[in-house]
Amino acid sequence: MTEQNLKQYVIIGNGVAAAGSIEGIRSADTTGQITVISQEVHPVYCRPLISYYLEGKTDLQRMQYRSADFYDKMGCQVLYGRIATKLDTAAQTVTLDDGTTLPYDELCIAAGSAPFVPPINGLDTVPDKFTFMTLDDTLALEQTIRPDSRVLIIGAGLIGLKCAEGLQGRVGSITVCDLSDRVLSSILDAECAALMQQRLEANGIHFMLGDTVQSFAGHTANMQSGCTVDFDVLVLAVGVRPNTSLLQNAAGAVERGILVDEHMATVLPHIYAAGDCTQVEDVSCGTKRVLAIMPNAYMQGYCAGSRMAGGSAVFDNAIPMNSIGFFGLHAMTAGSYDGEMYEERTADTLKRLFIRDNRLVGYILVGAVDRAGIYTALIRNQTPLDTLDFDLLKKIPTPAAFTPADRRKIFGGEI
Amino acid sequence: MKRVYVNEKWCIGCHLCEYNCAFANSGQADMVKALKGRDIFPRIRVEESGNINFAVSCRHCTDPICAKSCISGAISVKDGAVCIDRDKCVGCLTCVLVCPYGALSQGEHGAVQKCELCLQNTCGEPACVKGCPNRAIVYEER
Repeated sequence: MTEQNLKQYVIIGNGVAAAGSIEGIRSADTTGQITVISQEVHPVYCRPLISYYLEGKTDLQRMQYRSADFYDKMGCQVLYGRIATKLDTAAQTVTLDDGTTLPYDELCIAAGSAPFVPPINGLDTVPDKFTFMTLDDTLALEQTIRPDSRVLIIGAGLIGLKCAEGLQGRVGSITVCDLSDRVLSSILDAECAALMQQRLEANGIHFMLGDTVQSFAGHTANMQSGCTVDFDVLVLAVGVRPNTSLLQNAAGAVERGILVDEHMATVLPHIYAAGDCTQVEDVSCGTKRVLAIMPNAYMQGYCAGSRMAGGSAVFDNAIPMNSIGFFGLHAMTAGSYDGEMYEERTADTLKRLFIRDNRLVGYILVGAVDRAGIYTALIRNQTPLDTLDFDLLKKIPTPAAFTPADRRKIFGGEI
Repeated sequence: MKRVYVNEKWCIGCHLCEYNCAFANSGQADMVKALKGRDIFPRIRVEESGNINFAVSCRHCTDPICAKSCISGAISVKDGAVCIDRDKCVGCLTCVLVCPYGALSQGEHGAVQKCELCLQNTCGEPACVKGCPNRAIVYEER
């Protein structure tokens, strides 16, 4: 094939969904030209590892998601520090912030999400404020903190709490506030959240729940409850919003995230989307949701890439799932929590399985998480529970509960 | 490629595979020194229910969901074998969250461990299979 005939792939974004997309393209097309538009000036790195970096459990080298020769090996050109500003779907071009126009045959939007910064009175008077989403955020935060810094974190979700864990031991004090009355409210129920909160508090994290900042005056936060918090460093971890505007402005279909089908195709021809900027069906409850988790980002990216290159990948079994630990206490959650509950508890562990219509639809495990993937697969595959020994399985996640036929297939053959 | 396969009906649940695995991956020359009086962290595990016994280790899936899900980029496929870079692993356990067979576990020092077919240690071929008295696990092409 001559160079003119090579397919032109453009990927907007350079996170894990983009890496998946590159690998998906190369699974079906080894010669087409791939251009990656990267707002961040770093090769793809493991975004969720930024808190582990602060904690000293990884470093900039080990945080690299792929080897140093990844883009070369994959035959990609990466345009660092560039932002896509406009799509022309008729001409099939992307315009960048420096005025460059790139033609595409197939396009993948893997633009991720951006921290939501609420409009709080006086926020502009706070000298040292950070979001906690990117490597650059993290390096800037690290530059600013001192051993005696008083840190205020707004948001007791995954991002805020991982930031708190990462900073613990490197600063003087950490206070986390959240309008919700519990930590990790998007994934944990009240009782499980209380277990996590206790562990965090035992490790020196201070909480102000059911309360948030009404206004700032320099280094002072005036809380809704009427009290004040003096701080040196502010971290805003209220939430994130999918980056959808590019597609929206091109008349693509967007709800909370970019709508995609099971091939990661958007409603616009030759335009795919993957990762945190998208909204897909959660098969555990049948509703379309933004599932901003890294495994989905990779799998969606790979699927999009495969399809862009004429491959046959399908991604039609997304569910929310999280593995999250703080100070040695691990929790895993998956699916949705609308169903009959099976519960087991000990002094330090809690297991809640949610069962509906002969299916496992969700679970929360705190403290004992070994082999949780066996439960996750039941949710993802929507396995009818009467086809296996669920009485055994609900107590112990073990392959011994699978049917003899499944055991033969899984442990006696290539899968 | 060669994998470890289970002959369920020949497994007597002796757990020798677990000891041989832990020893092979201990880096030590003496089994007593490596294992006696210590908690062991084998990468293979005997499952038991009623009369059923069988040893479960990584299936080295052709399309491994653990590798696709790893948030550290620590799990990769090398010549068909699913391998983990334990230096990159931060112990987030996302792989444990997604493996449908329960084949990965947290190791002694926090990082995740999994069967790498003894290709990364001095044994060179699966120690569990070598030491199985009954051929209840075999290492072969299928």
